[in-house]
Amino acid sequence: MSIISIWGIIIGGMVVTYAIRLSFIALVPQDRMPDLFRRSLRYVPPAVLAALITPELFRPAGPFDISLGNHRLIAGVVAAIIAWRSRNTWITIATGMIMLWLLSGI
Amino acid sequence: MDSSHPSSPSRSSVLHEFLAGVRDQLPLLVGVAPFGMIFGALALAAGIPPLEAQGFSLFVFAGSAQFIAAGLIADSVPPVIIVLTILVVNLRHLLYSATFSSYFQHLPARWKAALAWLLTDEAFVVASIRYQRSDTILAHWYTFGTGLALWVAWQLSTAIGILLGAYIPANWSLDFALPLTFMALITPTLSDRPAWGAALSAGILAAVLAGLPYKLGLLLAASFGIAVGLIIEISGPLKTGMKERNG
Repeated sequence: MSIISIWGIIIGGMVVTYAIRLSFIALVPQDRMPDLFRRSLRYVPPAVLAALITPELFRPAGPFDISLGNHRLIAGVVAAIIAWRSRNTWITIATGMIMLWLLSGI
Repeated sequence: MDSSHPSSPSRSSVLHEFLAGVRDQLPLLVGVAPFGMIFGALALAAGIPPLEAQGFSLFVFAGSAQFIAAGLIADSVPPVIIVLTILVVNLRHLLYSATFSSYFQHLPARWKAALAWLLTDEAFVVASIRYQRSDTILAHWYTFGTGLALWVAWQLSTAIGILLGAYIPANWSLDFALPLTFMALITPTLSDRPAWGAALSAGILAAVLAGLPYKLGLLLAASFGIAVGLIIEISGPLKTGMKERNG
């Protein structure tokens, strides 16, 4: 692919990505948002975070894997308990990574 | 929320917020930096020259979209199709922009422009937790710190990947640090039944839809979870804000 085409993709990708990120922030004043829409935004963080977590645990290699052979699922469940108790990111990461390494036999 | 400008906050509290944002982004960098290195190496393999590979990270600054674009460039897909694909992959940022629009309402335009530029998955999830605490008068400095930390790490790791290749052994599984961090971040958001409903329904649907291309599974599952949370809030006998589950 030519350099011009690649720069076209970079500039085009920049414009569409920034437009999406800026959209509501720049254009929609809070008082003009429908009430239901505004209330729904409270659920964006828990919904997005959960949706980022579950595929990594239940489908680490693509297909569903709910078995003791799925090390990420087991390490993730242990880490979730630690996360709930400690509310500390570093402790959660350390627990999950060490569990995964132990299970993988490194 | 409806306050006007903070009246000249002290320099130390501004710095405190900024550094707290940087600090809270550091765990995510464990998982993000290897991805940046892999992107740099993979972009070269896809036939993208070094300058342009760094250009993707500098100007597009969207991990998943960059990976997909590099793959499509390797396949000589027409540029217009690639740009449209980047658009679809990043549609989920509409949710983040909508959420932050309320928090950023009082900020001047240059702040909105800068924070929107730094609005990634990782910056969003960290900063959104900050805004759930009280005293958000300087939280835009926190958001700036957390977004800038990710931006700098993404540029450096891309450059390392371009210059040296990606030498992270796969069996270190450092990418697993990302879902682990998300687990720690999600706990303070699960404060009542609607939030639990949003998380559980989004989590289940995201696992089911994980095979969809262009991150559409994440967008659809999150949208579904948000709707479920709202429906529980409206229909549930208990109003939001019940606190007994906390702790």
